[in-house]
Amino acid sequence: MSAVAAVKFVTETPPEEIERVKAWINSEEYKEKNFARTALVVNPAHACQPLGAQMVATGFEGALPFIHGSQGCASYFRSTFSRHYREPAAATCDAMTEDGAVFGGQNNLFEGLENAYALYKPKMIPIFTTCMPEVIGDDLTAFTRNAKLQGFIPEDLPTPYANTPSFNGTHIHGYDSMLLSILQTLTDGQKVEGKCTGKLNIIPGFDGNVGNLREYKRILELMGIPYTMLADVSDVFDSGCDGEYKLYPGGTRMEDAAESINGKATLSLQKYSTVTTMKWIESEYDGEKAILPMPFGVKKTDELLLKLSELFDKPIPTELKAERARAVDAMTDAHQYLHGRKFAIAGDPDYLLGIVSFLLEMGARPWHVLCSRATKKFQKEMDALLASSPFGEGCTCYINKDLWHMRSLLVTDPVDGIIGDTHAKWAARDARIPLFRIGFPIIDRVNLHRTPVVGYTGAISMLTMLANKFLDIKDETCEDQWFEMMR
Amino acid sequence: MAERKPIKGITTEKTEKLIADTLAEMPEKTQKKRAPHLGANEPSASPCAVKSNKKVVPGVMSQRGCAYAGAKGVVWGPIRDMVHVSHGPVGCGVYSWGTRRNLMQGIPGVTSFPMDFTSDFQERDIVYGGDLKLEKLLREADELFPLNKGLSVLSECPVGLIGDDINAVAKKMENELGKLVVPCNCEGFRGVSQSLGHHISNDSIRDHIIGKFEFKEEPGPYDVALIGDYNIGGDVWAAKPILEEIGLNVKSVWTGDGEVEKIGATHSVKLNLIHCYRSMNYMCKVMEEKWGIPWLEYNFFGPTKIEESLRAIGECFDDKIRKNVEKVIRKYKPVMQAVVDEYKPRLDGKTAMLFVGGLRPRHTIGAYEDLGIQITGAGYEFAHQDDYDRTAPEMAKGTLIYDDVSEFELEKFVEELKPDLVGSGIKEKYVFQKAGIPFRQMHSWDYSGPYHGYEGFKIFARDIDMAINSPTWDLVKAPF
Repeated sequence: MSAVAAVKFVTETPPEEIERVKAWINSEEYKEKNFARTALVVNPAHACQPLGAQMVATGFEGALPFIHGSQGCASYFRSTFSRHYREPAAATCDAMTEDGAVFGGQNNLFEGLENAYALYKPKMIPIFTTCMPEVIGDDLTAFTRNAKLQGFIPEDLPTPYANTPSFNGTHIHGYDSMLLSILQTLTDGQKVEGKCTGKLNIIPGFDGNVGNLREYKRILELMGIPYTMLADVSDVFDSGCDGEYKLYPGGTRMEDAAESINGKATLSLQKYSTVTTMKWIESEYDGEKAILPMPFGVKKTDELLLKLSELFDKPIPTELKAERARAVDAMTDAHQYLHGRKFAIAGDPDYLLGIVSFLLEMGARPWHVLCSRATKKFQKEMDALLASSPFGEGCTCYINKDLWHMRSLLVTDPVDGIIGDTHAKWAARDARIPLFRIGFPIIDRVNLHRTPVVGYTGAISMLTMLANKFLDIKDETCEDQWFEMMR
Repeated sequence: MAERKPIKGITTEKTEKLIADTLAEMPEKTQKKRAPHLGANEPSASPCAVKSNKKVVPGVMSQRGCAYAGAKGVVWGPIRDMVHVSHGPVGCGVYSWGTRRNLMQGIPGVTSFPMDFTSDFQERDIVYGGDLKLEKLLREADELFPLNKGLSVLSECPVGLIGDDINAVAKKMENELGKLVVPCNCEGFRGVSQSLGHHISNDSIRDHIIGKFEFKEEPGPYDVALIGDYNIGGDVWAAKPILEEIGLNVKSVWTGDGEVEKIGATHSVKLNLIHCYRSMNYMCKVMEEKWGIPWLEYNFFGPTKIEESLRAIGECFDDKIRKNVEKVIRKYKPVMQAVVDEYKPRLDGKTAMLFVGGLRPRHTIGAYEDLGIQITGAGYEFAHQDDYDRTAPEMAKGTLIYDDVSEFELEKFVEELKPDLVGSGIKEKYVFQKAGIPFRQMHSWDYSGPYHGYEGFKIFARDIDMAINSPTWDLVKAPF
């Protein structure tokens, strides 16, 4: 007989038992048990592939992201983007159901493409998948070809597609796959030997901060470097309110994307979210290729400017030199508020490397670095970065751990603050430390996605956010005799 | 009930023309599929002419979610003392973590679990199956969260496709752990919307929870259960005190801020009071059949509907409760009048269009009308025929009814009807705000709330006024 088959009385957990467990979950013993789990994931800090694919698909002018799979997935991705950016996030879906599981999703795709094209008149329909068609093994190459042959959409409508199963990788891998497919599709047959557009192709990677994208563009404009930003979501996910809703408010122009194969140089600013794309570009694109770390802080921004200067044989303009000096001025002026402060950081690999680099420059101490899906290669790179500074000493980089592991770290080995996306707010609250919201998604504060955290100006913004919060805490929590005018 | 007065500028002919013009832009097959889901309201029509609960038309940009969303987000997630496992790949659990605003009491991670528990399926789990992993993770979860009162296993798409048997695992683990382990086969591809997820979850509660527990105290004559209130923005905390004030004893709440053992003991109550009919009527019917418990639909949005509902609830009990009802109504009347006096002058004569889940469009009409706002269009993401039948008499003749409306359709409808407010979801919100149209999220109360009960109406009125009369809308058109 089942243990719960007999009728039981409703129970109240005794208060002392609650107190015991409350204390226990903060203990070293609990941490060990917590780190010993192998099957359960609690509060993961990553999302699934198609989310990243949708971000890329959104970043091309006139492109309508199309999800081949279950309807619910589409609504989850759209809601996530709308909550983070506070912007519309249009995407269609072919809404496969049980019969799709039996017969495959071709008919759904046909009807979906026909309707999406007729109603929303896109210039391109990038297609990506959810778990369902991946498990049953739908053949998208055949399906999209058939859709065109049977006239559901015009023959010449670009329909790049990416397989983005959620049981593999994370949102950054979906970003990579979709970007690769779009570039392969749009540049097909566009390569002209000896033709050079003289432009830089810049790939921002999976970055929820549209301010960062705008900052890259501003830097390039200051340097006088013509560019094409690939998968440029800045005008789509940061569009104005002028009384008219525009379904396609911006993005990389199709002709620019097509011409990108004849560019003078291609630069990725997120190594880990563009692995396969850059590998392909390396072999297919003209011009120089470079992969740089995200320009968080002064040194990484220096690295970016030097690279740009080298690639395009352009001097670094006075304005940017002055900006650098101002950033350094701000950092030296305020170093005392961050020096020696310990931080926990959770996020995507490229973001983590950037944030840690900035903290080390400030004399702050990254202490727990956690990436909930990453490779050993990333861990090695992070360890090398930490080893490059005395301020990196004592820091541990955890890969394939989640935010419940992070909670254990925070309560057993405390730090002064945690940097991450909104999901880290529970761990931060339990540890009674501030959460600095840098990453994706940020669904509980306004406008943080509009303030750049890269470049020299981004360094000043980050510094301001971090230092002033510690000063606020001091003012809000100190006893009267320690409350004073200056800080 | 008296029929609504016609709304100025709204006629059946105009509405039908708007529908026809909108359909005309669609491929022929899609026109045929969509036409039955759109209509001009006929208040006395029964059944309502609009078709519902049909498959999403691929590619039109529906706003619907899936069965998993209905199960995890709606029914299970709010039960605060259970560990709810999103079984499958990582995404579903992450997207639905904390995004419904079903608030709960308790100490997070100790006695309440507003968290994301997942098996984070990898390729090898798809290939070899996830049953063993599930078994292991349930053990781990129970060890790390020992004060949980049970665990639910909510299947995501791949689980059903690869033929895993979560029911067998749940049964085995229930014996091993000595706790409720409830399997719920709510794969996202099942059914046509969130709605089937509600139904499947209700069935799981029927099969695994209800009747398994008893309250220690003897049943009383005023014992009721509050069904279908999910405590969005604290709704339960505004609704329950009113029921207590009229002398009722709320023994359990389904499922907002809910406790699973109390849910399992609900079969001893005298009356089930149901707010969200769409998502929980199934269990009310089960309890009626099996234990003879009557149930009553009620509506706690806005003073007019609250009064009507309280009197109807009073009728189910004795004079003592009926007297209390009148006392409570008298007590809050001036409070509510003050709210109306403050906001109605700025809102009278305005119009709104609504598109929400399966209940709120019809349920909130009264609250809007208390503020002088008329509803010119309404529709549901996942309602059924019985929901539309309940909606028709609440709307004026000729107003627009739309089922599972696509973004394309809703944009056209709003453009033509030019409401002063649109009340819908996050995916729709910014489309309309870009167009300069005030908007409130009516799933999440736009990060505000509660909206239920007397306390809720104060906040609702303030929010609607704020949305419509914000000076920021005056800035939309540049002077140059």
